[in-house]
Parts: sequence; structure tokens; C-alpha cells
Amino acid sequence: MSMSKHPHLHDHEVILDVRHLGVAYGKVEALHDVSLTIRRGEIVTVIGPNGAGKTTLLAALMGLLPATGDIVYMGHAQGREREVEALVRHGMTLVPEKRELFAEMSVEDNLLLGAFDRYRSGHRDQMETMDEVFELFPRLEERRAQLAGTLSGGERQMLAMGRALMAKPKLLMLDEPSLGLAPLIIKEIFRIIGELKQTGVAILLVEQNARAALQIADYGYVLETGEVSLAGPSQELAADPRVIESYLGLGHKH
Amino acid sequence: MDLQILLLLGQDGVTNGAIYALLALALVLVFAVTRVIFIPQGEFVAYGALTLAALQAGKVPGTVWLLLALGTTVALLDGVRLLREGRFRKLPPLLIFNVGIPLLCAGGLFVVPPTQLPLWAQVAVSMLLVVPLGPMIYRVAYQPLASASVLVLLIVSVAVHLALIGLGLLFFGAEGSRTPAFTEISFELAGAPLQGQTILVIVASALLIIGLYFFFERTLYGKALRATAMNRTGARLMGIPPALAGQLCFTLAAAIGAFSGILIAPITTIYYDSGFLIGLKGFVGAIIGGLASYPVAALGAALVGLLESYSSFYASAFKEVIVFTLIIPVLLWRSLTTKHVEEEE
Repeated sequence: MSMSKHPHLHDHEVILDVRHLGVAYGKVEALHDVSLTIRRGEIVTVIGPNGAGKTTLLAALMGLLPATGDIVYMGHAQGREREVEALVRHGMTLVPEKRELFAEMSVEDNLLLGAFDRYRSGHRDQMETMDEVFELFPRLEERRAQLAGTLSGGERQMLAMGRALMAKPKLLMLDEPSLGLAPLIIKEIFRIIGELKQTGVAILLVEQNARAALQIADYGYVLETGEVSLAGPSQELAADPRVIESYLGLGHKH
Repeated sequence: MDLQILLLLGQDGVTNGAIYALLALALVLVFAVTRVIFIPQGEFVAYGALTLAALQAGKVPGTVWLLLALGTTVALLDGVRLLREGRFRKLPPLLIFNVGIPLLCAGGLFVVPPTQLPLWAQVAVSMLLVVPLGPMIYRVAYQPLASASVLVLLIVSVAVHLALIGLGLLFFGAEGSRTPAFTEISFELAGAPLQGQTILVIVASALLIIGLYFFFERTLYGKALRATAMNRTGARLMGIPPALAGQLCFTLAAAIGAFSGILIAPITTIYYDSGFLIGLKGFVGAIIGGLASYPVAALGAALVGLLESYSSFYASAFKEVIVFTLIIPVLLWRSLTTKHVEEEE
């Protein structure tokens, strides 16, 4: 892991640059003045307690929620009216907390639909991409004809990630991939996230499981009540007494 | 009742049932994907039949003007947006689909008298004139309200239905029309005559249903529509725009409606407002399927056709009453057996 010596990979191109992001549900401010940067081939994690606004952050970045502030994605400043479909076309994908699979469809069809936009814009390499996904998640290949709704929790998460990878993303955003999974499966999922990093995709990982997230990430942000309270290279964060106290301390089950 | 009458009525019932089944499928599709209860479904039946009848009578059907007006509106709405966003490459297809093809059809009708066209070409022209109305109506009436509640969308449907009925009266007049049969062939089945047209309706409906099945099971666009119906957020995250899904399923619904109208035009006299009742019977079928199950909806619609046919023999004055009363036990059974599920969003 020579990369972790250069925590911010400063020579790599910036994929996403967010400045002063704000989101409000009516008059209630869910996010306030959030700034973060992600580069190619980097894993950035956002940790924090339940209700800190982590999922809101991802929804705003993905164009699912209106937001204020400046978002520069792949060198293009984003306007106020951001469309999910346009962002997907430019390689941004979100694996949501609820997975949002197509439950009554087979694993294979779910994966194919992950490449829908590529298919629509004329690419016909779905089968090769699917083989790559199967290489990463052999379990999915075994279950390829099974309906997505009948999969176990871990397999669902794998399918949601595999489906996102079918779009050949430049930025992969993962919302709580460890949620509700057994420790062994979590380990497996995080191992795969680490492997994905080698392919050059930028990963924004939102997690409550701070220990696992900081172990794998290059850089981390701590989000508390809608604001970034701490930021830094993840090794430094993991050693920060405030982080240890709130998120890594013994007996804490965050 | 002897066997001959039994068969005759059965034949009638199956024919109508096939049409109701097609409409029921279209209604389920539109509702599943867009949450719109598509009351104007029946109007497409009437428009399809009456446009063909007008062409065969040598008249320019009024649908041409509606198509041109709606097409121009859509081109303006989307054109301005594309220009503002600088997406110039999307302009040509937009203009071709919404203005070019309608103009070509209209121009063609003035150059070549439609009465000289062979039957299949008349059918094709009718479809070209009526089917694009589906996605255009979606764009103008429903797309701006895509995230509204089911109730608001239902109210829009009622408005669109009333507008189309009024325009239908203006375009086609108050008299009904019946087109000549596509085929004069007739068979005899156990002493009862079996019309070639009847067989045509059943075969064409069956082929269309098989075609739809393949579209939904084998093509990525069909799967994308199913995905949108299953999980709207999930579909958006895959880059399947709700507007595309909406326009696609309204195109299918309009095509199914217009095609059904053309199929039954030689069997029944169609008036400008006949579509409503026909669509409503398809709706009863769709309700039997809970607006969710395609096979149950199709079977339910076929049942409606048979019930209608036999009740017209026993109690012809009450035929509609009997058919629509069918919905009460179905709703009762549904509300007793299904668990209450909160509406999404």
C-alpha cells in the first residue's frame, strides 16, 4: 500500500470538488457548508453518527435533492438543476443504502440494467463488463438466474455494487455498504472495495462502521449534525483522540 | 339456448374479450410505470377506428390537425429547453418526430388520395396519425406533473379524456362509422358461422400479446420499463429517465388502442365517444388484475367479454350493468385478501 504514503494523491485528476454545499428540507438545514474533494483512484470516506446527513450528502451529489453551493464534477461546474440521468451518463453512480434493486428480476437482468445508459448511448460491451463483475463477485455468477428479491443481504449488496459497476463509473458512491451485514460479509465487501480502487475508480464511501472505513480509505471526513467537524488523511483521523472517543472507542458499536 | 347460439355468443365474447385484454394490458402498463390511470385509453380506440374510416371515405381525418398542433407544442416546449442548455445534437430527432413526420403524413394525404391506397397502407397511415398522439399527450399533460399524486394524475386523465371526446366530435362528427371487413372469408363451426374477421381479431391480439411479452422479457428497453415500474428510484439511478419510460409506455398504450380500434372497426359501429365504454371494460379487466398482474388482467378482460356477450342474450337491457357490477365482488375480494400497503413516496 505505497499509495497511503501520499494520502491525497495530489498528482491525480480531481473527480469531484464540492465547496460550501448546503441542503435544506424546507426550513430545516440538513447540510451546512460541506466541502470535500475526491481524486481519481482515491477512496474518500465520510463517517459520522446516524442522522448526521451522510445519506443526504450523497443524494444531493447525485442530483436527487436540490442543493446550494458549488459542485465541480470532472472539471465541469454543475448548475442548480442537476439531472440524475446526465450525471449517470458522465460516470457518477450511487449504490444507495436501501440498495433499490429490481426485486422481481433476475440477477443478470439487474446487472444488464446497470448498463442501460451505456447501451442507450451505443455501447454494446455489456457482456464483457458482466464477466468482469462476475470475476469480482463470483457469488453473483452462481445466482445469475435467481430473482434479486430472493438473495441474502450480503448478496444484495454485492448485486447493488455489481450493478453500479456495470455503468463503468468514474465515481462510485457507496452508502453504508456494511449496513445489516454479518462481520464476515463486511470483510469481504471491504476487500472488494479495496480491489476496486486499483481500477482507478474514485470511491466515496459513507459509513457508520468507522473502523473499517478508515482502514481502507485514503482520506476521511467526519460529518456531525450536517457539518464537517474533522477532516484529514484517514490514518491521522484514526489516531485522533476525538475520533477514537466517539467512533472507534471500545464498546462503541457505531 | 341451443349450441348454435351458444357458440355464436361465445365467438362474440372472445372477440370482444381479446380487445378488452389488449386494453387491460395497456392500462396496467401505463399505471405500473407512470402511476397514471389512463382513462383516455379508449379514445385511442375510437380515434384509430374513425381515422381509418375517414381515410376510406376519402376525407382528411381531423387527427392530422391535432397531431400537427400537439407535435408543434412539444417541439416548442423541448426545443426551447434544448437551445437554452446548448444540446443542439438532440434538436434534429426532436423536430423530425414531432413536426417532420406529422407534416409528411399531412402532405402525403393531400398528394395521394387515401382511397387509392391499399388497405395495409391505410392502416399504416392511421397508426402513424394516431400513435404519436400518445407520447405527445404524455409530454404536454403528464410529464410536468410526473411526481404528483395518483389522484392529481387521475384528474388530469379525466381532463384529457373530456378534451379528446370533444375533439373527436369535432373531427369525426356525431355519426358512427364502420369500415368494410378486412377479409370476407367465413367458416362454419358446428353449424354456427365463423367470420374471418373474428379469427383475424383473435390472432392479431394474440400476436400482439406475444410481441409485448418478448419486448418486456428480451429487450433492454422493455426491461427498463419493468424496472421503472418496480423501483422508480433504482431505475433513475441506472440512468433510465422517468420521462423516457413514460413516453415509451404511452406510445405502446396509444399503439395498442389505435390497433384495437382498427381491428374492431369492421365488427361494430364506432362513434366518437364509443371508446370510453370499451376502455372502461378493459379497465374492469385491469382491476381484476389489481392494476398489477398482466396475465390476470388479460384473463379478467376476456371474462368481461364473455360475460357481456352472454348477458346481452339473457338480459340485453342490463348488459352494461352486469359487466360493471362484476367489479364490486372483485374489489370486495381484493380488499379482504390484500394487506394494506402505503403508497410509495
